[in-house]
Amino acid sequence: MIEVIQLLINGILLGSILALGAVGATMIFGVLRFAHFAHGDFMAVGAYFALTVVTVFNLPVLAALPVAMAGTAALAVAIDQVVYKRIRRVQPVILLISSFATALVLRSAIQMIWGSSNQVYETGIQLPWRIGPLTLKPDHLLIFAAAAGLVLMVHLFLTRTRMGKAMRAMSDNMDLALITGIPADRVIMWTWAIGGALAAAAGVLLGMDTRLHPVMGWTLLLPIFAATILGGIGRPYGAILGGLVIGCAMELSTLIIPGSYKPAVAFAIMVLTLIFRPQGIIKGAV
Amino acid sequence: MELAGLGAYLLFFLNLVGIYAIMALGLNMQWGMTGQFNIGIAGFFAVGAYTTAILTTGPADGWLGGFDLPFLLGLAGSIIVCVPVAWVVGRITANLRTDYLAIATIGIAEIIRLFFLNEGWLSNGTRGIPGIQKPLDLGNGGYLLIVLAFVAITYLLVEVARRSPWGRVLRAIRDNEPATAAAGKDIARFRLEAFVVGSCIMALGGGLYAHFVGFVSPEAFRPLYGTFLVWVMLIAGGSGNNLGAMLGALVVWIIWSSTEVLADLVPTALIGSESAFRVFLIGVLLQVILVSRPQGLLPERRPPMPGERRRS
Repeated sequence: MIEVIQLLINGILLGSILALGAVGATMIFGVLRFAHFAHGDFMAVGAYFALTVVTVFNLPVLAALPVAMAGTAALAVAIDQVVYKRIRRVQPVILLISSFATALVLRSAIQMIWGSSNQVYETGIQLPWRIGPLTLKPDHLLIFAAAAGLVLMVHLFLTRTRMGKAMRAMSDNMDLALITGIPADRVIMWTWAIGGALAAAAGVLLGMDTRLHPVMGWTLLLPIFAATILGGIGRPYGAILGGLVIGCAMELSTLIIPGSYKPAVAFAIMVLTLIFRPQGIIKGAV
Repeated sequence: MELAGLGAYLLFFLNLVGIYAIMALGLNMQWGMTGQFNIGIAGFFAVGAYTTAILTTGPADGWLGGFDLPFLLGLAGSIIVCVPVAWVVGRITANLRTDYLAIATIGIAEIIRLFFLNEGWLSNGTRGIPGIQKPLDLGNGGYLLIVLAFVAITYLLVEVARRSPWGRVLRAIRDNEPATAAAGKDIARFRLEAFVVGSCIMALGGGLYAHFVGFVSPEAFRPLYGTFLVWVMLIAGGSGNNLGAMLGALVVWIIWSSTEVLADLVPTALIGSESAFRVFLIGVLLQVILVSRPQGLLPERRPPMPGERRRS
């Protein structure tokens, strides 16, 4: 039982990181209609931006978080303007392959700039708190709090601002939204900016929890897609729920099967969702 | 580089081109002809490579092996094992289109890779299976003839398939699925057939790869080498065109090799890691191709309809 609770805590931790990535991925998927394969590498780029801020200015990680988010948002918008925008009108599949290429370019750029070895924000071991038989690191509380705060901000953005409402409208029904005069180009730019910023936040939090590595984002990409699909394409709230479910399922699966199969659990849930309930838990846009 | 070294490199290079050309042909059957967006090539590549590795190696210590079968039986085994795997994958993804199929296939390919990584009794885990022999004690030169023979056979078969009524139905499904269904074609069956045949061609490529390199480990079946390069080849060469698929394999390998030369010229201090720089270049190159020439070097040409030639 204790073991289950401990795994649940780890699962929610992983889940909230996945949720941040999945919210961005689902909005890009909903508005632009393509699976963005470079999303995981946006996470990694964000994490490394924060690393530079932390090492150069000697700031705590959470202070570097906004800088990393802004930087990655700018990068995402730039990539869209330079590459994706030109091929948006061709087949969607070309976009998808292009995002795969973007993923490779970003990942190799990280290796070239920051090196391919493991890195951490802060050296030294953080003493975990022991609450009865459970252990919890102070960093974990920070990660929970940051993730919850960001999700709340996304919620306010989507429900209270014109741009957020326009974004949801485009994700719900593209044609109807365009007829009503929504500025599609600006909505798309905002989608990239927010998707990039949230991915960066997920990357920084992941880096706080574990370590930084050029493929850190890529390994989480498929679990993020799993969360996106489970929650329903284009549904930010579904993506949050999906992220938590996938995160907990991945951690709890270690009770039954070897831990090295953790990613496979996420893929299996994703494939099963695709087969039995392709519209997701909350009915998706596609 | 001295001449002998250059010749040896050329043989090595052409072997890989041939093996990847076979995989590009398999992908062309799925994507170019039927419009199935499979980015799980690495999974079938791995199934083919591991099957022949297990079947043809001598006594193994700690993993499954010791069958010591001849080369051709190993390759046949690769294809035979791939049929049920591809059938199951094709069956469970039958209703998925484009992005969804893409995500599902890459997920399944990763599950297959994790399986070979973790089931040490079968595949010796991360250490991989060594000592896979080339047939008849051939060197790279002799093996190249075998690879080229397989390229030729595969090309002939897929080209015949492309011109046949069967291939015509596949293209019809790709271009307009409802119309094809209205014409009374069993879409699910044709899609599944194309998926299985294409995957078996990839498994054949995997088998040839295992004998060429002599060693298989899960590292070789990461999405970059296993899947992405094949896609670049097909898109660059021209999807839907079998000659284009093979030309793409040659061109992309030339570029891939020349990035090595280029990476040597640029000081390491500037680029950090040579292999990362090469991946960076190939990624940028692909973006340029996609933006400037999305139809590829050799665009698809429709084969003549039956009776069409008679009229002209």
